[in-house]
Order: sequence, then C-alpha cells, then structure tokens
Amino acid sequence: MTDITTLHYLVVAAALFILGVIGVLTRRNVVIVLMSIELILNAVNLNLVAFSRMWGNLHGQMFAIFIVVDAAAEAAAGLGILIAFFRNKETVNVDEIDLLKW
Amino acid sequence: MLFLDHIYLIPLFPAFGAAMMFFFGRRLQKATVNAVCVGAVVIAFLFACFTVVEYTHYAHGTGQPFQKIVYTWLGSGDSQFSFVKKDGTMAQINADAGFLLDPLSSIWLLFVTGVGMLIHIYSTGYMAHEGGYYRFFGYLNLFMFSMLTLILANNYMLLFVGWEGVGLCSYLLIGFYFHRKSASTAANKAFIVNRIGDAGFILGALTLSWYLGSFRFIDINAAALSGAFHRGDPVLTVAALLLFVGACGKSAQLPLYVWLPDAMEGPTPVSALIHAATMVTAGVYMVARSNAVFVLAPNAMKTVAIVGALTAVFAASIGLVQNDIKRVLAYSTVSQLGYMFLALGVGAFAAGVFHVFTHAFFKALLFLGSGSVIHAMSGEQDMRNMGDLRKRIPITFWTMFIGMLAIAGIPGFAGFFSKDEILWQTWSSEGGAYRILWFIGIATALMTAFYMGRLIFLTFFGQARMSHETEHHVHESPKSMTGPLVALAICSVFAGWLGLPHSLGGTNRFEKFLEPVFATEAPVMRAEEPAQLAAGQKEEERTDPMEYGLMALSILVGIAGLMWAHHVYSRAGKDYVEPIAAKAPPLYTLLYNKWFVDEGYDYIFTGRRKLGKVRLGVMGAGEASSWFDAKIIDGAVNDVGWVTRAVATLSTWWDKWIIDGVGVNGPAILARMLSYPMRLLEWGLVQWYALVMVFGLLGFGVYYMWK
Repeated sequence: MTDITTLHYLVVAAALFILGVIGVLTRRNVVIVLMSIELILNAVNLNLVAFSRMWGNLHGQMFAIFIVVDAAAEAAAGLGILIAFFRNKETVNVDEIDLLKW
Repeated sequence: MLFLDHIYLIPLFPAFGAAMMFFFGRRLQKATVNAVCVGAVVIAFLFACFTVVEYTHYAHGTGQPFQKIVYTWLGSGDSQFSFVKKDGTMAQINADAGFLLDPLSSIWLLFVTGVGMLIHIYSTGYMAHEGGYYRFFGYLNLFMFSMLTLILANNYMLLFVGWEGVGLCSYLLIGFYFHRKSASTAANKAFIVNRIGDAGFILGALTLSWYLGSFRFIDINAAALSGAFHRGDPVLTVAALLLFVGACGKSAQLPLYVWLPDAMEGPTPVSALIHAATMVTAGVYMVARSNAVFVLAPNAMKTVAIVGALTAVFAASIGLVQNDIKRVLAYSTVSQLGYMFLALGVGAFAAGVFHVFTHAFFKALLFLGSGSVIHAMSGEQDMRNMGDLRKRIPITFWTMFIGMLAIAGIPGFAGFFSKDEILWQTWSSEGGAYRILWFIGIATALMTAFYMGRLIFLTFFGQARMSHETEHHVHESPKSMTGPLVALAICSVFAGWLGLPHSLGGTNRFEKFLEPVFATEAPVMRAEEPAQLAAGQKEEERTDPMEYGLMALSILVGIAGLMWAHHVYSRAGKDYVEPIAAKAPPLYTLLYNKWFVDEGYDYIFTGRRKLGKVRLGVMGAGEASSWFDAKIIDGAVNDVGWVTRAVATLSTWWDKWIIDGVGVNGPAILARMLSYPMRLLEWGLVQWYALVMVFGLLGFGVYYMWK
C-alpha cells in the first residue's frame, strides 16, 4: 500500500479534465456542456488542492475556493444566457447555435 | 314719432314675407301666400305713409333729414376701424344699419311701396295659373326688402347692400322661368352687366369716403359743401364718374343698357316692378343722393347729361320698330331713364326725380297693361299678331290709353309735366350750353309719342291678326289685375299735378318739397363762381315767354307723333307695312337689329365670335395673351427647368457612379474581397473553436516538450 502522492492526484485530475474536455467537445446539449465545464474546473481545483498539500501552504486551496465561487457565477450566467437563447430559438443544441461568426 | 322711430320696420315687413316663403312656402296654400306676401307689402305701404306724414311734421318743411342709426356694423365709436384721409387726419369708418328719411327718400319710399303694393295685387291674378307661386312672391318680397333698404340707407355701404340685393332679386326673377334657356341667359346677362356697374359704384363710394371721410350721406354732403373743395376737384370728378358707372349699370344707360331689354324674359309684373318702376331708378336715386358731389364735378355732370340724352334718343330709335310689346316698353324705359339722367346732368335734380315719380306710375301701368294683353292673348307677345282688342278688353285698353297719353307728354297727364320740366331745364341751364341736348330731347319726345302710339294702335285698333283659336280665348283680365291698372291710371293722370309749374299757375309743390335736398348747389356756386349767380335766379326766369314756346312745341311734337302713328297703324291689316321699312330699308334693318350693339359686344367683349380658330375681341386678346403666357413665357420657364433637370441628372449620375461608386464603394469592395479568406475561418460553432483550441494547445505542448 503505497502513499497517495501528488502524482496520483494529478492523474485523477488529468482524467477528470480529459473527461470534461471530451464532454465539452462532443455533447450537443448546452446544459451538458456547462456540466462538462464544471468537470474541467473541478479538475483544476483538484490540481490546486493537490499542489497545496504538496507545498504545505494554503495558497492553492484559496485559489480553489475562488474557482468554486467563479464556477457558481459562471453556471448562473451560462444558464441565464441559455434560457434567454431558448426563448428566441427554442433550442439548446450547441450545433444549432452558430451566430458567432462574421 | 311712433312710426319714424321704427322706420327700420318698413323693410322688415317684406323681409318677413320672404323668409316665410323661403322656409314654409312650399307647404302653403295660394291664399296663405297672398295673405303673407301681399299683406306684408300693404302693411309696409301704410307704415310708409304714416312715416312720411310724421316726417313732414318733424321737418316742418325745412327738409331737415331724419336719421335713425340702429347700430353700426362696421366700425364704431371706439374707432376700431379708422383710415387715413387724404389730408393725413384719421377718420372712422362708419357703416351703419342706419336709416335716413328726407324728402328724396320719402318720395321713393312712397312710390316704391305704393306701386309695389299694386303690382303684388296684380300678380295674384297674373301668376294664378303659374307654377312656383310661392317662389315668385318670395322673390318679390325679397326685392321689396332690398329696394327699401336701398332707399332708406343712410350711408353708401348699406345702400350698396340694398343695391346688390335688388340686383340679386332681378337676376332671380328674370330667370324665374329658368327651364327656358333664353330666360336663364338673360338673367346671367343682367347680373354680369350690372356687376360692371357695381364695380364702378363701390370704387366711387370708397373714393368718396376716403376723400371726404365718411360713408354717411349727411357727413359727405356736409363735407362737400364745407367749401374745402373747389368746383372741378379731380378726385371728386373721378368719384362722381365712378358712381355714374354704377348708375349706368343699374339704370340701363349707354353702354350698359343691354341687359334691360333682355330682362323682359321675366314675368310681366316683374318687368313692371323691377325693370320699369323701381329698381332701374336706383341709379337715378343714387346720383340724386350724391348731388352735392356731382355739383362739385361739372365734368361728371356734363357726362351724365350727354350719356342720358344719347341713351334717350338711342333707345327710343330702337323702340320705333320692335314688334314684341314688352320690348317696346323696355326700350321706352331705357329712353325715359335717359331723360332722368339728362335732367340730373343739367343740374335739374328735382325735375329728374319728378320724372322718376311720374314714370313709375305710367310705365308700371303700361307694363301691367301689356301683361293683361298678353294674358288675354294666351301668351302672345308679338304685336304683329294682335289688333282690334279695344272692344274685347276695354279696361285694359282705356288704362293703357291713359298711360300712352301720359308718356307721350299730352297736357294734363303726368308725363307732360315732368318731361316738359326736364326739357325746359335743359334749355335754360348753364346759360344755354346744353341746347343741343334739348334738341335730342325733343326728338326723343317725338319718337316716344310715335312708338307708344304704334304700340297702342297695333294692339287695340286695326284688324284682328291673331289666329282664330287665340281670338276665341280673348277675355278681360280678373279684377285683381284690372284694379291695379285703374289705380295706376288715376295716378298717371294726377301724379303730375303735384309738380304743376309756376308758368301754368301752379306752385310746383313737388320741387318745393325736394328743394332742401338739392338747394345745396347754390352756395357752392356763389362761393366759387359769382358769374353763375344767374343760375340761382331760375325763379325769375320761370316766366320766360320762351318756356311757353317750348312747352307748345313739345305738346305739338307729342300730338304729331301720336297722329302719325294713328295715321300709319290705326287701320293696320294683316299686311301692314312699317313706314321706316318702306322708306329706308337699311335704317330699318339697323334699328330692328338694335344698332347691332349686342352683336358688337359679341365681337368685342363676350368672345362668341371667331375668325377661323382665332377668337375676337377682349376675350380673344385674353386667349392670345393666355397662349403667349402658356407657350412663350411658360415655355421659356419650362426650357430653363428642363436644362437644369438635365444638368442635375448628369450630376446625379456622376455622384452616384463615379464619386460613390469608384471613390467610396471601391475601396470598401476591395477590402471585402481581400478579407474573404479570413472570414472563412469563422464559422460560428463554439465546439469547433474549442476543439481547435484544444488541439492547438496540445500542439504547442508537444512542440515545446520535444524541443
């Protein structure tokens, strides 16, 4: 039984991050996309907390808390935009949202 | 003062009748129409009689005018409306609903209401079988209202209101049978010709008020006689001439007389009331009313006298050969009006007014008599188809015979006194400067006697020339028509006796009564031209033996004319010959066609004549100048416009394609084309962006790891 080192955390976080990226890139539903972004953010949080533990100070944890707050704000703003968008287009499929172009 | 204070009621009685006819006439029975309309005029007549009686007590023979101002409808005491007089001072405009009664308006008031009343009664018989009965009487009452307003007005503006009112009623009544084209045309002609005169009248009245500072007759007379203006003042001359233009229109003088003969299209009582007795004398009234101004304008007076004399002889000459019984009388009216203006023009205002007064009776009588003849003849108006009516309609015959004697100037009848007075005044005034006009006058008297004799003898003597059916229908008119005839015949005899001249042992009460109105010329003349003092001594001249000589001559002329007519026409058969046509055919053609005046007017004014496609006369000049304006002036304007437009089009093209196209849009298009590949990078799908981002980061990561 080996100790759980920073590397373990990083591997889990990387896995989590890749799951999130895949979700963002592949899912059509914006709600799922937003949830996948949460995964990415939490992967980062995990990294930060892991590094905080490695260095033995609280800087990383403080960043993690900021990111949690930021995630909440981002979820609120994202869902708000989503609802406004749904009212106009009656869809939440991200491949049908293609206005952001020239 | 009961009646004098309520003088404004006199015009209001017939106005009430007219209003009743206007609102309820269609639903009323003929008897009700008679009661309202004839009643209104009878009341107005009685009221007028009492008013004049009260006035004579009020004035005590001084002729002091009675003025009653009900209210001032234009301007007021607060001088809201004022204007600058020619001397720079301010004067107020005062146009009142005000009434002026003086000897002059008293005379008009009495004979207008009196003759008007008789003609209303006559009309109940004459119009009994006509359609539009209530309309006819409504118009007649409206006419009475306007005429009474005209003669009772105390200022030029209210007089003008009445003046236009009678013109309107004249129009309505001439066109009474409006379904007949000739009647509506005649109505238009009357209205339009009168309008020319009206323009002169209103300009004259405004000039006077500008120059003398008031519309009111009393103020104008006072100002004119104040001595501030000298005899022959140019502005006053112009004003007087303009007023006379108005009189020419209304009173049918040369050159505006043409409407009156055509006005005979109206029903005969209308011809009698409006176009013989009352309305056409409005011009005489207006000139007499403005006598103070005319006295200061000797050239205007001369014009009046000459126009009057020429009209008299001109119209009489046409009357010699006309065959329509009413047209003869119409030309006779024009001619007699000429006499009146001749009198006014030579300064014998009272004589002119006297002739108006007597003429009103005998001419109304003759017209009503002719109406009675037409009635008997089942509508026939051509004297060639009459004859031998003497025994069949005796009352009409005898009354018309009296009328003929009166107008021909046979002693003892009304026309003699007034006509002789005019001729004598023409002979004697201005030291004899007008004697040529006297010759014209006496020649007219001869013609008058002849054509009146012709009318009577052709109608009542000789052989019956009508068709058998018409002859069978001949009948005397009902009492409602013969009654007024008899009354007017009596007046035609006795009205003249009011003015029995001094030379025949009378006192000339008529002129005495009028003297205060017209005596005004003496002081001016005394102040200005002492040499004219002789004019003030006419009283002494009256016993001039010359007057008896001239009187005898005019009697002789009258009798000669009648005898000649008797000789020619009294045994006229179906193939009778006009003496003028026999002796001088060209002259006959000229007279029969009324000197071709209407045709001349067609050439000069009305624009009915064309030469090829070109219209002649004033209208032609108008058309030519219209063509010039449309083609040349407007053409040039349009050409300039076209050039401007072409230049603008070119400039627009330059701006649109060269400036905007090459200069402004060109670089933009270039930028757009060049930017096209860049734009392809942005296709809008967020996940693709994210994918690119991920692979990009991976790429960077791999690159830096391997390096």
